[in-house]
Amino acid sequence: MVTEKAAAVPDVKNYTINFGPQHPAAHGVLRLVLELDGEVIVRADPHIGLLHRGTEKLAESRTWLQTLPFLDRLDYTSMIPSEHAYCLAVERLLGVEVPIRAQYIRVMIDEMSRILNHLLSIGTHALDIGAMTMVLYTFREREDIFDVLEALTGIRMHGAYYRPGGVYRDLPDQMPKYKENKFKNAQTVKELNEARSGSLLDFLEDFTNRFPVYVSEYHTLLTDNRIWKQRTVGIGVISPERALQKGFSGPMLRGSGVEWDLRKKQPYEVYDRMDFDIPVGVNGDCYDRYLVRMEEMLQANRIIKQCIEWLRKNPGPVITDDHKVAPPSREKMKGSMEELIHHFKLFSEGMHVPAGEAYAAIEHPKGEMAVWAVSDGANKPYRMRLHTAGIPHLAGVDELVRGHMLADATAVIGTIDLVLGDVDR
Amino acid sequence: MSAKLDRLIRQLKESFGERIGEPVLAFGQVTIVVPTGNYLDVVRQLRDDPALRFEQLMDLGGIDYSEFTGYRGKRYAAVSQLLSITHNWRLTVKVFAEDDEFPVVASVMDIWNSANWYEREAFDLFGIHFEGHVDLRRLLTDYGFVGHPYRKDFPVSGYVEMRYDPEQKRVIYQPITIEPREVTPRIVREDGYGKGGGRA
Repeated sequence: MVTEKAAAVPDVKNYTINFGPQHPAAHGVLRLVLELDGEVIVRADPHIGLLHRGTEKLAESRTWLQTLPFLDRLDYTSMIPSEHAYCLAVERLLGVEVPIRAQYIRVMIDEMSRILNHLLSIGTHALDIGAMTMVLYTFREREDIFDVLEALTGIRMHGAYYRPGGVYRDLPDQMPKYKENKFKNAQTVKELNEARSGSLLDFLEDFTNRFPVYVSEYHTLLTDNRIWKQRTVGIGVISPERALQKGFSGPMLRGSGVEWDLRKKQPYEVYDRMDFDIPVGVNGDCYDRYLVRMEEMLQANRIIKQCIEWLRKNPGPVITDDHKVAPPSREKMKGSMEELIHHFKLFSEGMHVPAGEAYAAIEHPKGEMAVWAVSDGANKPYRMRLHTAGIPHLAGVDELVRGHMLADATAVIGTIDLVLGDVDR
Repeated sequence: MSAKLDRLIRQLKESFGERIGEPVLAFGQVTIVVPTGNYLDVVRQLRDDPALRFEQLMDLGGIDYSEFTGYRGKRYAAVSQLLSITHNWRLTVKVFAEDDEFPVVASVMDIWNSANWYEREAFDLFGIHFEGHVDLRRLLTDYGFVGHPYRKDFPVSGYVEMRYDPEQKRVIYQPITIEPREVTPRIVREDGYGKGGGRA
């Protein structure tokens, strides 16, 4: 088909390029087929599934408890909140009560993960569009949170800490400390260990006191930075109506000015007792979403402080005493036949979850994360459907990048806070 | 919360009457089963009716009921999770595919654009065909994958595995060499099993 105009200029065709699957700005293994007209993106077709592990299918062949650690591996930048959605779904089916202290711990860990997630998100977003320094700062703070998670769960990332009915164990009384070695002398070690001399809550409180200062440092680095603004203002704009239509949630929806946060609107655990605000954007562009995330970190910090204060004053059990669901204490197990049987049955056959279907959603740092658990009364899930926030966001990439320049594709991928483990499952 | 869900159930009955199955309230959520013929009309009204106003389709997933204990009925269903931001309530909508051999369900892509990838995924993993979907390609599995892995008759270990073949100097597919195994058997206990004083 040759039109008059096309006949006048040499034959120019749209150009299709392959972005990824191995590209530093693709945040994992994302293959993006981009159709370009010059340097303008006409169409973007994400090909996903390169990290598909079939978590939903694997869950069907494992007991309800064995399924739990898979959930950490979905979104590997904010691990533990995914377990939360799963535990809520199973608890809803089982009808077990979670002790109030466990609820506070869960809220605290979720908010820590929110900071963890947004730090990575903002750091790598800046890295993708040319600001190298940001990621060095944000990873410094992430390290503190990883230390807390390590002291708490034994593992830096994939904690497997929540359980249906509570959390695995109570907060530890002490933090691991640095030791002297040939790289760190006694003076350095003493300074490093200062914040670690108390309990985990002391360390975390110290972090929450330091953290707002760090956030203001990020603001000086980015918020009024001319290059940052040129790369993000007016890029990837989505109207509130389209965001709803596209199934967006979390900062992607709030960046467009829709005040929707499950922590406020459909509170779970003890979020209704927390005092915090929901930041919303105005224009729905990358810059607004960046500002929303920055403010969310400060709000998360506020929530953590409230949790620390409560947790200091109120000791108590952290997991349900229904031993069909949660194991008895080690001491009881060794002393009582009944408890020994409970323990054995729980870890061999596993718990039986009453037949039914439950859809439990949480406000994951990336948006709405939900688990739709279907049970037919067996010791294994009949079906576990995982809804993660990343899927609709990545599906919306086409709309977000259309008409932008090729270089803006990385800005958009950064702003949707893409993690392929989350999208591919 | 439950007063609100009662209101939702009343509203659903008022708006749809006989066009949908009886709304069920279980585990804090309302579920309706919609007959295949009324599906598109019902979901469109769910979105547009100001008294219901489900603006968002949060999730849509397939399910294969063929091995569900004590279940007799259609094998495949597409299950949507709707969310209304105006009324702050949720609804689960279930539609069963009429034919077990060739499951077909109407696509809701025109009603909620977010259905695009969810339907592609359900097609990929369960082989449910969504009539009216404009781009029904596989989403998660490999290029050239055969079968629908989340169906209950598809083994967890699959049928083929990949390895590098030093002679052909490329990656090849071959039939799997591992034995499927089940570490913990799947058990459904009779009612009241182990109810003799469960709490210590």
